[in-house]
Order: sequence, then structure tokens, then C-alpha cells
Amino acid sequence: MAKIEKSPWLLHYDGSSCNGCDIEVLACTTPVYDVERFGVINTGNPMHADIFLVTGGINSQNAEVVKQIYNQMPNPKVVLAVGTCACTGGIFKECYNILGGVDTVIPVDIYVPGCAARPESIIDGVVQAVALYKEKQKTWKKEEKTEKGA
Amino acid sequence: MGKRSVVPFGPQHPVLPEPIHLDLVLEDEKVLAAVPSIGYVHRGLESLVTKKDFQEMAYVAERICGICSFGHGMGYCMTIEDIMNVEVPRRADYLRTIWMEMSRLHSHLLWLGLLADGFGFESLFMQSWRIREGILDMFEESTGGRVIFSVNQIGGVKKDMSKEMLANFQKRFDEMEKEVRKLTRVFLDDYTVKSRLEGIGILTGEDAIRRGAAGPMARAAGIAVDMRKTGYAAYDDIDFEVITSDKYDSYGRCEVRIGEIFQSFDIIRQCIRKIPDTEINVAVKGNPPEGESIVRIEQPRGEAFYMSRTNGTKFLDRMRVRTPTFANLPALTQTLQGCQYADVPLLILTIDPCISCTER
Repeated sequence: MAKIEKSPWLLHYDGSSCNGCDIEVLACTTPVYDVERFGVINTGNPMHADIFLVTGGINSQNAEVVKQIYNQMPNPKVVLAVGTCACTGGIFKECYNILGGVDTVIPVDIYVPGCAARPESIIDGVVQAVALYKEKQKTWKKEEKTEKGA
Repeated sequence: MGKRSVVPFGPQHPVLPEPIHLDLVLEDEKVLAAVPSIGYVHRGLESLVTKKDFQEMAYVAERICGICSFGHGMGYCMTIEDIMNVEVPRRADYLRTIWMEMSRLHSHLLWLGLLADGFGFESLFMQSWRIREGILDMFEESTGGRVIFSVNQIGGVKKDMSKEMLANFQKRFDEMEKEVRKLTRVFLDDYTVKSRLEGIGILTGEDAIRRGAAGPMARAAGIAVDMRKTGYAAYDDIDFEVITSDKYDSYGRCEVRIGEIFQSFDIIRQCIRKIPDTEINVAVKGNPPEGESIVRIEQPRGEAFYMSRTNGTKFLDRMRVRTPTFANLPALTQTLQGCQYADVPLLILTIDPCISCTER
């Protein structure tokens, strides 16, 4: 039997984005762009998810939510920041309630810039996330084994 | 009496792309009360007036929300134009009307898709979004952006549409109208869809007024309120009737929005026929004088209210926006009372919530 690869599932959380990136992320799952052809499924349950896609910056209210979702996800996991706001805070960086990009609360692996990020660049980010996930899977398994052995 | 329990709903929930939190008080499966708490998307956008000048604020205003982005930019520009006594060229008014109606089209199609997803009709969701992509393509051709356009400026618009482009768009809109008509037959006539919508989430006209509902939510309760009738931009030249429904339920809200899709096609058709050949913007010199202005426009989700107060410098004193979803939240808590727990996601969707608008 040929080698079976895992399909990483994706969880989308809207930080404090203006919706522009959110609807582009949703548009990625629809027929014109169809990100599911890479084996990615958009799920709503953090426990099922491998890739965490965040749009929008972090504010004082949602910082805990983002951290909680990140901690609920099983290891290994990849974090994808979509949109300029998620990368750095963007146009809202100077607002009093914005702490900054997603990397102020959780480690981010891949940054997708753009205001709003175009579906093509989001797909590019997701494809990179899938590759990185597979990479992480290998090293993570090794680490776990050495931990158990020790 | 059944067992009482409180179930938290959100902020991260599969059915909603945006974070909203509700505490649902349940008695068995029946919802007794719903207490919304918001603030997950609050950025403090209005405070940016002290850091960005009045021209740059047009871009900030557009980023209040990515779905109604065009309307927000337009509403803000209209307040400053009013304070500065700038007469916007007629062609710019028409172009704004066309883009505004295109926004309404893409917003309503997006909503139809999310509604279909809400009651578990995946292919209907995909079809709605496939048709919607056609409008985004036209947006991209005419403005350069898919969801954030930045074509509004104080004194008019930045980009023009040529005669060929308008003729081409008209052809594509006609094609699209046929496809939408096929699609909406499923929403309005399908037995399964009907059984999920009919009689769910009743909001009577009286309640709608008492709770201050706006937009399609109020119109589905039989109240003919539509800010476009006040005649801003080019709407005073356009012939249209306010669409209402007397069904009071989720089906009525679906019916009203579908009616508005076809109305938007019609308004765009009239605009393309009547558009005059003038300049598209006027030069604006200096800072706005001291003053205050209020503008009310009809967004896809209902009435939006914009206020700007200037002080003679290039920075505004205050900008204030009141958005339709905020107005509809009290109506939502009313419709949730007494519904089944399984219908909660669907009922939240029927107000077409836009949380980033609400919290800014």
C-alpha cells in the first residue's frame, strides 16, 4: 500500500480583523479557489485542528481566547497569521486597544501580508503551512521518542 | 419544570466567522434568555482621528468592516463634504451608487451562503459564493481591490468607469441575475429549507419598533424603513420601492434580502442608463472649518449613522459611527427567547451580524 499522508485540518479565528481577511479566508474554501484540494479542511473544533489561522490583531479582550485555542490544539501545530493586522497590527497599530500582531501572544510560523490578504496569497501561506506541518511532525515524533526513552 | 442551565456560545464558534459571545439560559432545549457580551473585536478605531488627518481617515473608515467597506468610506466622506460645503460631481454620485449596490449584492449573496451553511445545505453555500465571486471580479476591475477598495475621497471618487466597462458589466449583471433567480428558488420554495426557516424567530412590527431594529430585520417585520429613500448620492434619481415582508420570521428576512438582490440589479441598470458625463472629483483645498455633520446611509445590514466634528485643524475632534448590527442586537435577544437551542446559530445569522462594524 502506498504511503498515506495525513490531511492537516485548519482552524480559523478572527482576532480583531475588519472582516476583509475573514471573508477572503472563507472565499478560499469555495469553488473558485478551493483550498480543500490540498487536503485541508476548515474545522471549528480546536481539538481537531493542526493549523491555526488567525486574522486581525490582538486586543486585550481576545488575547486570552487566542492563547486558549492555541493551548487546546494538539501538538505539533502551525500558526498562520493572515493579513497585515495579524502580522503587525497594521493600520490599527496606534489604536489604544490593540496590543499588536498575533506574535505578541503566541509563536507565529508563517506571515501572510496584505490588506486585505488576497486569496492567492492565503493559499500560498496554507500550502507552506502544510509543508511545515509535515516537517514538524517528523521532528516532533523524534523528540517525543527521546523523551520517552529518557 | 425542566432543568435550568447556562450554556456559553462563542466567541469562537464554527458557524460564525466572527467572535460574539452569548450566555444562553436554557430550560432543557428551550432558550429562556440570551445575554450577549461583545468586545472581542474592539480596536478603538474612532480614536485614530487624533493620529490620522481627515484625508487619511477615509481609509481608516473603510476598514471599519470589510463587507460594507465601500459604504463606510462613503458615509465618512459625505460628512466631511457637508462640513466643507463641497458639491460632489454628479458622475461621482452615480459611481458611488453603483459601487454601493454592488456591495449590497455581494453582502446579500454572502449572507445567503452563510445561511445555507447554517442550516447545513453545503452545496447551496458553495453556489451562492460562486456567484458572488463574479461581483468581486467586477470590483477588482473597476477599483483594484476585492474587499477594500479605497476609491472614495473627499470631493468624489478616485476611479472612473469607462463606457465599455459599464456596458460589459451590464451584460455580466444580466447573466448573473438569471443565475441568482435559479438559486433563490431553492431558498424560497424548497421544502427542507422552508421547514428550517418558517415560524422561527418571530419579530413582530411592534417589537421591531420597540427594540429599534434596522434594515432587513425591520423590513421583514413589515416596517418600510430605508435610508436610500432620503435621496443621498444618486438615489433621488432612482425609481425603487422599499421591499417589506409580512411574515415576521426567518423566512421573511430571507425573502426581503432576496428581493433586495433583484432590486440592486435594477438600481444598477438604471444608474448605467442615466449616468451623466461629468468630472469624477473636485479638488479640496485646506482644512475643514469648524463644524459638525451627521449622515445616515443604508448599508446592506440597515441604517448606518456617521458623525464628524471638526475644529479647523487637519485632525478631527470626533468621529462616531453607529452601525446596523448594534441596532439589531436587542431584536436578536427578543427572537432568541423561546426558541430551540439548535436554532440559535441560524437565528444569529438571520440578523446578518457584522461584529467588526459593531465594535470597531
